[in-house]
Amino acid sequence: MKRDVVIIGAGVVGSSIARELSRYDLGITVLEKASDVCEGTSKANSGIVHAGFDAVPGTLKARFNIAGSHMMEALSRELDFPYKRNGSLVLCFSESDLPKLEELKKRGETNGVEGVTILTGDEVRAKEPAISDEVVAALFAPTGAIVCPFGLTIAMAENAAVNGAEFRFNEAVTAIEKTGEGFKVTTQTDIYECKAVINAAGVYADTVHNMVCDDKLSITARKGEYCLYDKKVGGTVSSTIFQLPGAYGKGVLVTPTVHGNLLLGPTATDTLDKEEVNTTADGLNTLQATAGKSIKAVPYKSVITSFAGLRAHEEGGDFIVGESSVKGFFDAAGIESPGLSAAPAIGEFLAREVALSLEAVRKTDFIAKRKGIPNVALASKEERDRLIKENPMYANVICRCELVTEGEIVDAIKRPVGATTLDGVKRRTRAGMGRCQAGFCSPKTLEILARELGKDITEITKHGAGSEFLTGHKGL
Amino acid sequence: MNTKIAIIGGGPAGLAAAVSAYDAGVKDLLILERDDKLGGILNQCIHNGFGLHTFKEELTGPEYAERFIEKVRERGIESLLKTIVVDISKETDGLVVTAMSAEKGMFEIHAQSVILAMGCRERPRGALNTPGYRPAGIYSAGTAQRYVNIEGKMPGKEVVILGSGDIGLIMARRMTLEGAHVKAVAELMPYSGGLKRNIVQCLDDFGIPLKLSTTVTDIKGKDRVESVTLSKVDAKNQPIPGTEEEIPCDTLLLSCGLLPENELSGMLGVELSPVTGGATVDESLETSVPGVFACGNVLHVHDLVDYVSGEASEAGKHAAEYVLKSTPGTSETPIRLETGNGVRYTVPSFVRPSRLEQLLTVRFRVGNVYKNPEICVYLGDKCLQRRKKQICAPGEMEQVIIKKTDIETMAPGETIRIAIETE
Amino acid sequence: METKNLTCIGCPMGCALTVTYEPGNRDSVKVTGNTCKKGELYAIDEVTNPTRIVTGTIRVSNRKNLVASVKTASVIPKSKIFDVAHELMNISVEAPAKIGDVVVKDICGTGSDLVITRNVE
Repeated sequence: MKRDVVIIGAGVVGSSIARELSRYDLGITVLEKASDVCEGTSKANSGIVHAGFDAVPGTLKARFNIAGSHMMEALSRELDFPYKRNGSLVLCFSESDLPKLEELKKRGETNGVEGVTILTGDEVRAKEPAISDEVVAALFAPTGAIVCPFGLTIAMAENAAVNGAEFRFNEAVTAIEKTGEGFKVTTQTDIYECKAVINAAGVYADTVHNMVCDDKLSITARKGEYCLYDKKVGGTVSSTIFQLPGAYGKGVLVTPTVHGNLLLGPTATDTLDKEEVNTTADGLNTLQATAGKSIKAVPYKSVITSFAGLRAHEEGGDFIVGESSVKGFFDAAGIESPGLSAAPAIGEFLAREVALSLEAVRKTDFIAKRKGIPNVALASKEERDRLIKENPMYANVICRCELVTEGEIVDAIKRPVGATTLDGVKRRTRAGMGRCQAGFCSPKTLEILARELGKDITEITKHGAGSEFLTGHKGL
Repeated sequence: MNTKIAIIGGGPAGLAAAVSAYDAGVKDLLILERDDKLGGILNQCIHNGFGLHTFKEELTGPEYAERFIEKVRERGIESLLKTIVVDISKETDGLVVTAMSAEKGMFEIHAQSVILAMGCRERPRGALNTPGYRPAGIYSAGTAQRYVNIEGKMPGKEVVILGSGDIGLIMARRMTLEGAHVKAVAELMPYSGGLKRNIVQCLDDFGIPLKLSTTVTDIKGKDRVESVTLSKVDAKNQPIPGTEEEIPCDTLLLSCGLLPENELSGMLGVELSPVTGGATVDESLETSVPGVFACGNVLHVHDLVDYVSGEASEAGKHAAEYVLKSTPGTSETPIRLETGNGVRYTVPSFVRPSRLEQLLTVRFRVGNVYKNPEICVYLGDKCLQRRKKQICAPGEMEQVIIKKTDIETMAPGETIRIAIETE
Repeated sequence: METKNLTCIGCPMGCALTVTYEPGNRDSVKVTGNTCKKGELYAIDEVTNPTRIVTGTIRVSNRKNLVASVKTASVIPKSKIFDVAHELMNISVEAPAKIGDVVVKDICGTGSDLVITRNVE
């Protein structure tokens, strides 16, 4: 198959590159080894848009973080995904650490973060009453924000698809060969001949890079475990609460999610297995205990789920973004935190680089705007009435915890880059993300998936082949 | 729409409440049910053992439900199916229930009284914070029960069950009879919360081991469950290192407790008990919001449906009295019920003697297994009753009955206390 | 003489019963470990003639994603549980069917009829 550009990886970075590149008159294919977009690091992270005070000035992390943070709000309106500027606080627990807080503030100012100030302990508690009495001061960054990582990734991918990018799932790249005109990319099922390759393969970006380049990359998967709490304690804090950074990254944060839950995490442990997304008793205990330093009381009993994600940590410590030593092969590698914040800026930058390199021209019919799936739970009464009149399925509630209707689930399946799995439906509609964790809705969602995809219900999976829910059935 | 009493939920509680409200003289009633049929969770409880108290015979869940559905039908009580209630709020002289259905869209029901009968839901894996992977193959026992008993789907072949409550035990037998291999039932506590009959007839009959003081400490499998690790726990329910046993399986069923489903009650401002997760109610099963009554598993989790029906009948009757304005005045200070040694909670939480007819039934659960205990009732400092029992266990709801005439002898400020005493 | 250990199902006590008996001879049964008469009667039945009600589901030949629930109308010998369970895999019913409808008479020679326990519309 001949394409202009092959993007490897349909996480937030790959999807963002695809979206930005789809502004140009190019044939784009995104190859993803999983069954859906947003199946790796993008699905299990803090959901934070970092203000940008943390990254070392002059690094790519700093540059793309600040740029991404500036883009995010307008993008959330353009592509219709949940975003909220809630501000962030970095807590300082001892007078002796105050110089470090000052340093962080200066770093923020150097990086161009607007409005950073230092608050006293009392000022912090006046703002956030749940903050521990041990806190002596905090850095406040008003531009810190929270975003739905699924919403962002899916919106980018859908919009790329609407603008002609092709997404191919369940295709892992097994080899890349440099040819006279470009590259030959081999997957288990196909061979793609293309002029440019963009490597956005997350924790596997080293493997992909090393297929082509002599200067080798080495990426370590750094596991972060999280606990998510019920919406009834979602108001524990309103800002995102960090602790002064230690050697292993940003420490454990306490944050509301953009959907109104409370999130604690992540831990940081390096792992050799790049699929090791299990949680551990130690990890969950440690993270709750560490978060317990920040707030007066951890609402242990209100936990609704725990999960783990893997950050792609490259040896050099910075993002690797741009054309590699091999012409036409571009990397977006080592995208660990603040990768989610940076993704839109990385996408914009790399798309421009690739377009320049291929002398591509901008389309005149690019569709920049995307309207998401209607959200019945958040809709006004009038809006709900209108939706239900248009399609009565919007009144058939499937997920009672998050109030997700059959209409929304069918939408999620039928849209461009639509859901084919239960997790896919969940990330697009929140069905199953509430306090009962899909106990009530999963039988119904499975039925809807089978009906809409024309499959037998036993073929429906959680997240692709091998994760089937049912092992057999009686009758029809 | 207008109705006198709106009943939220058409399961055993809602059905019995509707029947008794009707019989107490309020004919204008409306049952709101989100499923496409009445009967609630009973429809998937196809095993027998229901109704011994109410009908003096052993019925299956759907048969028990049908008896009440028939009573509702005979009386011509209206019900709206496939209708989900999204909000309940107060208005000047009553309550507004906001509901949604494909047929009617969004609509409001104005009612003088509301009976909360939404039942309960299962505690999911997430709430247990069980470490491990998050593959397919982990189900709450009730979800598995729905797959097997309603839809005829099998959720797995090689099964481990965590939790020995009745649903877990019942599902061990069901999965076995459908051809699955149930390898073990693990129970965190040193005793099972399930009925002895279920332990014998669901586990022993099939040689399924029950592992007490045991919990799941790891789940392996990236796509589908591949194994579950069980560990023994100490007296504080903490896993003991070195006791791990990894059991290969493709399915983990969880039967780890039920939680009253009180989202709507919370929105309405009904005061909830931190112990039961249900409303705090008075002798009439009326909540802190006047005209709003609660019964069944949304109030507190019951062990037998017969008790649900009984409690719901009382709630229905009192709701009817409220609507017909035959409730005696409420200016008196209510008497509080206190939980003494071993008692986790009581329903009701307080009582207004003038509203009592003759007797006050207090339902409660104990927090531990007690052999040869005495259930004691104190009015103030005075011990009113002392009833010997062979055993009290957390899995079994207990009740005491107190005469109105005794309560009337109490001095102002005194409380009623229920306690478990052992030698 | 044979010995069997049973758990009494009469109440939450769950007395551990030890039963000695000569197979086939009801009068030979000796029960220890029980704290009341219920335990003795249960043990005697359980070693001489254990019985159970079997409940389960069968196919509905003209409905998708739906099975019908059934039970044996009376108790059957415990030893026949699996015979009945296997037989249920092969049986189907056509909707509509209502509670009490007999699907199979004298299922597996148990003398008990298999009846519908949930209305199927």
